Amino acid sequence: MALQITESCVNCWACVDVCPNEAIYQDTPHFLVDDSKCTECLGDHSVPQCAAICPIEMAIVDELGAFLNPPGSLTGIPIEKLKQFGLWKEAA
Amino acid sequence: MELPVISNTQPAAEGGGCSSSGCGTAPDALGHLPDHIRAKVQDHPCYSEEAHHYFARMHVAVAPACNIQCNYCNRKYDCSNESRPGVVSEVLTPKQAINKVLAVAAEIPQMTVLGIAGPGDPLANPARTFETFEQLSERAPDIKLCVSTNGLNLPMHVDRIAQHNIDHVTITINCVDPEVGAKIYPWIFWENKRIFGVEGARILIEQQQLGLQMLTDRGILVKVNSVLIPGVNDEHLKEVSKIVKAKGAFLHNVMPLIAEAEHGTYYGIMEQPEPTPEMLQDLQDACAGDMAMMRHCRQCRADAVGLLGEDRGDEFTMDKIDVMEVDYEAAMVRRKVVHDEIIEKLDAKRGIVKPKAETSGIPADARPVLMAVAGKNGVVAEHFGHAKEFLIYEASPAGARFMSHRKTELYCGGMDACGDGDLAEAGTESLLDRNIRILEGCEVVLCSKVGFEPWAKLEAAGIAPNGEHAMEPIEDAVMAVYKEIAATGKLSPAAETLKVA
Repeated sequence: MALQITESCVNCWACVDVCPNEAIYQDTPHFLVDDSKCTECLGDHSVPQCAAICPIEMAIVDELGAFLNPPGSLTGIPIEKLKQFGLWKEAA
Repeated sequence: MELPVISNTQPAAEGGGCSSSGCGTAPDALGHLPDHIRAKVQDHPCYSEEAHHYFARMHVAVAPACNIQCNYCNRKYDCSNESRPGVVSEVLTPKQAINKVLAVAAEIPQMTVLGIAGPGDPLANPARTFETFEQLSERAPDIKLCVSTNGLNLPMHVDRIAQHNIDHVTITINCVDPEVGAKIYPWIFWENKRIFGVEGARILIEQQQLGLQMLTDRGILVKVNSVLIPGVNDEHLKEVSKIVKAKGAFLHNVMPLIAEAEHGTYYGIMEQPEPTPEMLQDLQDACAGDMAMMRHCRQCRADAVGLLGEDRGDEFTMDKIDVMEVDYEAAMVRRKVVHDEIIEKLDAKRGIVKPKAETSGIPADARPVLMAVAGKNGVVAEHFGHAKEFLIYEASPAGARFMSHRKTELYCGGMDACGDGDLAEAGTESLLDRNIRILEGCEVVLCSKVGFEPWAKLEAAGIAPNGEHAMEPIEDAVMAVYKEIAATGKLSPAAETLKVA
């Protein structure tokens, strides 16, 4: 089991600093998760740390491609506004 | 240690003004500080209105991570067309940052201040931030170090701040009430969890206040920044000002909210109104009774380089810096000469009491008049249509007083330039109409020239265009016009608002 970083990532480093497994590394065009190291923080924290600090909705997904921070969940911007501004995606 | 707060009484006419470059109230805005504190800030461009005409600052963008979300911020910060906090072109490693600082310091000797201000929160990036500070204090000891933070991680890093000789800290404090905070901060990251709403805001406020107290206890100078958000914290900021003053902050900088839909921020998309220049000024005036207010802030980028209001960042991109050879020892000698010259000039200026402006013929009870000036280097210099900002002066029987600057240009070319596509077009208001609208409250606009179309529109808006004082020192021009108006009898307290002369 491992989380993944999507193209929505803005390379802000926040997740790198809080990952207890040093599973996140810099790459182009964006940071990536080493799935051999990622434990989704089981045993270390109650929630995956990368997803708990990531400021960008839709940037972290689980193995099924589901967003840990779906559209609107962090900014509080209503879905219809996100759609209007082209900032909404259904799945990764 | 308790730091006294500067008294913020209206500067007297003889001290008022920065004729050498045309914006900034006065040396005496800092005049009531104890000597050892004044010595620390009077050459600092971000604190001293006077110094910002001579000394330059730079920010290095080594701190991309953040631990809170603000509703006025979009973390997609990479846009080279915008000038506002939280925006940078390239994030640097500490090593790159050091090279950049040394290169800029050699090239721009009047650069005396290095700040880390983002694009995220410096104290949410402690390793990168403190490595940069540590190396700089070793290799460039003639540069002052500053840090700007949201305050959440401040208490845990106060000792390191003190240890690295960082004697200027800016904390952004928008509220002291968690209910207000919940409308500004949707969440914070705290003790390994994301905490939403009022609870998150409560923790943030606690840490900010604790951090402020810990810094002032250690004798570190603290400036407080607040973003004025109409309908959210406008009235509340008066209380914020009182509280941060009581805790020992020495300067309060209330800045206008920037909320454009094309920036993709919560407030931008939700059409949260920005304050009008008048609202900002009224609030600054209301807070001024409690606190020394800063009015010359230009809300710069997290990688700005140069004098306030200018950005020379393009001259110092990493590809250019990589091929520069810097002999910092030699540069330090040159820098010292330049600094001494500037300080000598400033000292001379501070020592000279300017002759009182010619106020004969102006009745003592004449009402004050706001005037907008398209100025450059202390004189009325710019064509109306070319002015990127207007300097707002208040003329009264006591003399001319700088009040604020108002930007004319849009902050950003739009989301297209940032690559995000389909955001709605900004309104259809023409740039000219917009620029006239930002002059609201002013009765005169002084510039070197005004075109036919703007002339007519200005007159229609009740603002008298005046191109007769081109290249004259701003304060002289403002007072000359004030006197002309007084001669018409339109300044008696009972008289109606001035119409076009």
